[in-house]
Amino acid sequence: MALYSEKVMDHFRNPRNVGVIEDANGVGEVGNVKCGDIMKMYLKIENDVVEDVKFETFGCGSAIASSSMATELIKGQPLEKVKELTNKAVVEALDGLPTHKIHCSVLAEEAINAAIDDYEQHKDENR
Amino acid sequence: MIYADNAATTKMSSKALEKMTSVMTDIWGNPSSLYAHGQNAKEVLEDARAEVARLIGADVSEIYFTSGGSEADNQAIRSAAYAGKRKNKMHIISTTFEHHAVLHTLNKLEKEGYEITLLDVHENGIIDLDELRQAIREDTCLVTIMYANNEIGTIQPIKEIGEICHERGVIFHTDAVQAVGHIHIDVVEDNVDMLSASGHKFNGPKGVGFLYCKKKTPLYNLIEGGAQEKGKRAGTENVAAIAAMAEALQEKSENLEESISYISGLRDRLIKGLKEIPHSVLNGDETRRLPGTVNFCFEGIEGESLLLLLDDRGIQASSGSACTSGSLDPSHVLLAIGRVHDVAHGSLRLSIDEELTEDDVDYIIKNVKEVVEYLRNFSPVWRDLVSGKREFIL
Ligand SMILES: Cc1ncc(COP(=O)(O)O)c(C=O)c1O
Ligand SMILES: [Zn+2]
Repeated sequence: MALYSEKVMDHFRNPRNVGVIEDANGVGEVGNVKCGDIMKMYLKIENDVVEDVKFETFGCGSAIASSSMATELIKGQPLEKVKELTNKAVVEALDGLPTHKIHCSVLAEEAINAAIDDYEQHKDENR
Repeated sequence: MIYADNAATTKMSSKALEKMTSVMTDIWGNPSSLYAHGQNAKEVLEDARAEVARLIGADVSEIYFTSGGSEADNQAIRSAAYAGKRKNKMHIISTTFEHHAVLHTLNKLEKEGYEITLLDVHENGIIDLDELRQAIREDTCLVTIMYANNEIGTIQPIKEIGEICHERGVIFHTDAVQAVGHIHIDVVEDNVDMLSASGHKFNGPKGVGFLYCKKKTPLYNLIEGGAQEKGKRAGTENVAAIAAMAEALQEKSENLEESISYISGLRDRLIKGLKEIPHSVLNGDETRRLPGTVNFCFEGIEGESLLLLLDDRGIQASSGSACTSGSLDPSHVLLAIGRVHDVAHGSLRLSIDEELTEDDVDYIIKNVKEVVEYLRNFSPVWRDLVSGKREFIL
């Protein structure tokens, strides 16, 4: 019995979309060092579509896998759909997480929302 | 596979395993029965008691077998606490970084009206004897301080602590679960009144341990029932496990000097190698530590992901990060020695034994270096540290 599902371990070992987008137009960082997980999402949004997404994570296996899976779920998707992403969808796509690790997946949802908020604020400024 | 988590548990030695199965197969009678088959089991039990007593410098009448370290800690602390209460002495001294078997028992006693003083263990993970002297009061009934810490491996000045306690007429208990079988222990030289030990930390079986309780020291029984263990611990004895524990301890003690020098050599090589990682720190005093325990913090990364990636490379270790503990707080031990949350999450404990070679240690060093660097490369905390947005702590 392993702590994590194969899917989680796959995303943890080979995280998708890791890194930074230099000209991102939406950046969100959530979590804090106190609880031990910090996630940063970089979005490149064009014509209300998430054209590109990258992440950086300081955190446990569940946090890294959740960030990776979340980026896969939203890449290429229209903004309206991305706004509806929940941590539940991330957990399901990962074939589940141990109960005490669910909170790490919540951060992925929050980081994406924070990045979208950032984008929408700046969008208004740029007009 | 490199097993570097011996502070969590150890593999049973083949001699102990053999002892255990042979007792289970051939001498499975009840030691309380009067026929020979039962009395043979009684003999095995008493031989084990004599052996354990001899190996720690105790008298055979001073050894009580328990279900492990936790039970021994609970029993020792409650015994002294209840005896103290009868004399209106309800103050207990301990340290901030004890094992939870001790700390949680003390929390409960606090709710029952006792006053608890927890001594600071400072950045080196060792108490200050003057602070102990100052903390002892007229109504202090017990000082309980661990021999060696399970996470960072630092060793307390036990003999001096015992001396101070005895000058002041206070009972001294030590949780020696991490020390027994790993360093030289003699309960008389060490001035201890009560000492807890656990079989599975020195290549014996799990679920068995013992409590040393010096003659005339009050002992309260947690488990009511039959008259086993002189009425101080009811329940048919786990004869096979007890015999195997004694066998394991004997084996450890026979080769003690040799293994201490071999293992501490490997430990120092490990410390030297890991120190080369920038923005890292060795937790606890560099020399006053167990031969096999090494604990580091690496800034900018989180411990669980480090453990998982090391596991992929065949290295089994542990960490005091929040996400491995299942709570939101990192290890109370690392916080007790003054590591802030940011850093405490990135901890790694490697506890090695004589099975490892220098090549294994070099393999560990190389892989920890690689994995720390890999994780830092996509850590937003590390990015902020490097760019100057956040200040380095280490
Ligand atoms: C210092 C210390 N005390 C107590 C215990 C508890 O021992 P056991 O697991 O035998 O109950 C442990 C082991 O986890 C320990 O390391
Ligand atoms: Zn986590």
